Amino acid sequence: MKEWTKHDLLDIQELSKEEIELVLKTSKSFKEVSTREVKKVPTLRGKTVVLLFFEPSTRTRISFELAAKRLSADTISISSSGSSASKGESFLDTAKNIEAMNVDLIVMRHSASGAPKIVAEALAPSVINAGDGCRAHPTQALLDLFTIKERLGRIAGLKVGIVGDILHSRVARSNIWALTKLGAKVTLCGPATLMPRDIERLGVDLCYDLNEVIAASDVLMVLRLQKERMQEKFLPSIREYARMFGINRNRLKAAKKDLIILHPGPTNRGVELSADVADGDHSVILEQVNNGVAVRMAILYLLLGTKEK
Amino acid sequence: MTLLIKNATIVSAKKISPRPQDILIKDGRIEMIGDSISSNGKEVVDAKGKMVLPGLIDLHVHLRQPGREDKETIETGCRSAIKGGFTSIFCMPNTTPVIDNASIVEFIIKEAQMLGLANVYPIAAITKGQKNEELTDIFELKEAGCLALSDDGRCVNNSQLMRLALEYAKMAGILLIQHCEDPSLSNHGVMNEGLVSTILGLKGIPEVSETIIVARDIELARYLKARVHFAHMSAKRSVELIRMAKSQGIPVTAEVCPHHFTLTDEMVKSFDTNYKVNPPLRTAEDVEAIKEGLKDGTIDCITTDHAPHTLEEKELEFDHAPFGMIGLETAVGLTISELVDKNILTLPQLVEKLSANPAKITGLNNKGEIAPGNDADLTIIDPKKEWIFQKEDIVSKSYNSPFIGRTLKGLVEMTICGGRIVHRVN
Repeated sequence: MKEWTKHDLLDIQELSKEEIELVLKTSKSFKEVSTREVKKVPTLRGKTVVLLFFEPSTRTRISFELAAKRLSADTISISSSGSSASKGESFLDTAKNIEAMNVDLIVMRHSASGAPKIVAEALAPSVINAGDGCRAHPTQALLDLFTIKERLGRIAGLKVGIVGDILHSRVARSNIWALTKLGAKVTLCGPATLMPRDIERLGVDLCYDLNEVIAASDVLMVLRLQKERMQEKFLPSIREYARMFGINRNRLKAAKKDLIILHPGPTNRGVELSADVADGDHSVILEQVNNGVAVRMAILYLLLGTKEK
Repeated sequence: MTLLIKNATIVSAKKISPRPQDILIKDGRIEMIGDSISSNGKEVVDAKGKMVLPGLIDLHVHLRQPGREDKETIETGCRSAIKGGFTSIFCMPNTTPVIDNASIVEFIIKEAQMLGLANVYPIAAITKGQKNEELTDIFELKEAGCLALSDDGRCVNNSQLMRLALEYAKMAGILLIQHCEDPSLSNHGVMNEGLVSTILGLKGIPEVSETIIVARDIELARYLKARVHFAHMSAKRSVELIRMAKSQGIPVTAEVCPHHFTLTDEMVKSFDTNYKVNPPLRTAEDVEAIKEGLKDGTIDCITTDHAPHTLEEKELEFDHAPFGMIGLETAVGLTISELVDKNILTLPQLVEKLSANPAKITGLNNKGEIAPGNDADLTIIDPKKEWIFQKEDIVSKSYNSPFIGRTLKGLVEMTICGGRIVHRVN
């Protein structure tokens, strides 16, 4: 196994298959830490991790914060919503101010695609992209891979359906790169108005018939439908969306027995997933949340803990 | 005041003079062209080994004054123009306030005349305040000195209003320049819609937002037998539509910008906001079609769409940074490097796109050709000379160019405007 050499984690494209596998392997050993009575290891003692969130987030921020704390890093969380234009300070300036306080790593989320890349190029600390615009959410994709592999034992050869608003989804984009890189067969399913142009050129299939996708899939990744999409006229109504692309118990009758259903959260219960499906046997949503901490511990460790060696 | 250019290899839209000649300039006009004009008592410029072109004309410049003098002024814009070889520039009306009345037109013309660096022709708005609601006082604007109208930055997207504008402009004998973009289709996009925007998760501007207006305006021009000029064409399909229109005798003309024949949307992968322009950088296929359109005459002019922005504005996220890049100082270098050097255009064709056609389209009858009686606007270039475009050499007030650091071929060595040397390389 090649050693970890990356300074930042900005997207999945930049990781090799081996590097992805290294993250998954490392995550496995860190998962055990969270089950201990004392949920803490000294790995990153003395390191400072800043959670710089230009876009609101609960789940991802808490997950990163727990991951850093369980590795004994000091954490500071900064929320700064609104575009930098409205504040008169550029996002890069904000980040540079944080860098000046000698921090080791910045976990950054931003509503604009590419913002973490600009920060990573300009600053010395490592940067983890915790979601930028509609572009990338690499730690989500890695925790999804981890969850799938843990449940089904492999990624290669699996049939994965990604269902919903692909156009606005950074989770879908990162997962497409990750899954295809590891040899899964990805089919996208969702309204044609929410399908990004030329997406099939990334080596995925398109299918507008959810029943067909359900029947063929080993894994379903269901995306959150933002209510804003109605105002932007991408869709006629929530009701029609739920009818055409919502997953419910009745639809799952045609599914494989060991199908697993993932969702990056928070779910719109009754829209993309019915409540009984979200809480049902196929759902691994809470496992994803649980694995998220382990995967983020692994990434923090790989970016910071291996440096001095 | 007389000036004598010795040993000039004169380039016109038709040919390169077979042997060097002398050009005598008197009182701002070309007095005579001859084999060996006596230099007695005259200021002499030796152009041996250089190419002497009719002064370049840029139909598409943003001077930002009045209103955004922090980005550019008439003075800094003119200095940038003459350094780039342009003796005449047309400035777009999206200033604050908008150029939509005679007094602003007169202010800009007067200011430029006082500076005496380049000829500045204000383009007035088609609609009052560029609001797409009512036409400006077009006759008054023409009398004030406007040769063209445009709502550039915005499209006249109301079809009825565009019809009226075309009819009225035809009657007034003034050129109408359309910024072709259906805003409902560009829908707040920030780059070309396609594989790259999909990968980058950036909102796309589909090429059809441009082509749908090109197609519509071709139909209006056909129906009304009225002339329209299309600004900054970026899409392959636009070139095809214009080619078809011209083949049917519909009176349309079109321009392209150097960045649209040099760069593709792949560049946006860097998230460098200097690649954010409107219309956006498109694909390699579009670039090829634009080059083909220049070569076969479908595209009439090369313009810069020189759009200065402050560093503070361009430092923003790609989503929030303004559209535009500066272009006056790189146009000749890019045209020679990308088109002449690669055998897409000849030097006479470069003159056609950068001087003769812009003069013809706007009715500048004494420009666009080096001929006795014409205005003494000349651009002297060394087409073989390589140089590096460096930030510290930029004379525009803004630095928003993705070409900084690039080696270009073809250097403007001297610019003569109205018989006066306004720029020379030391």
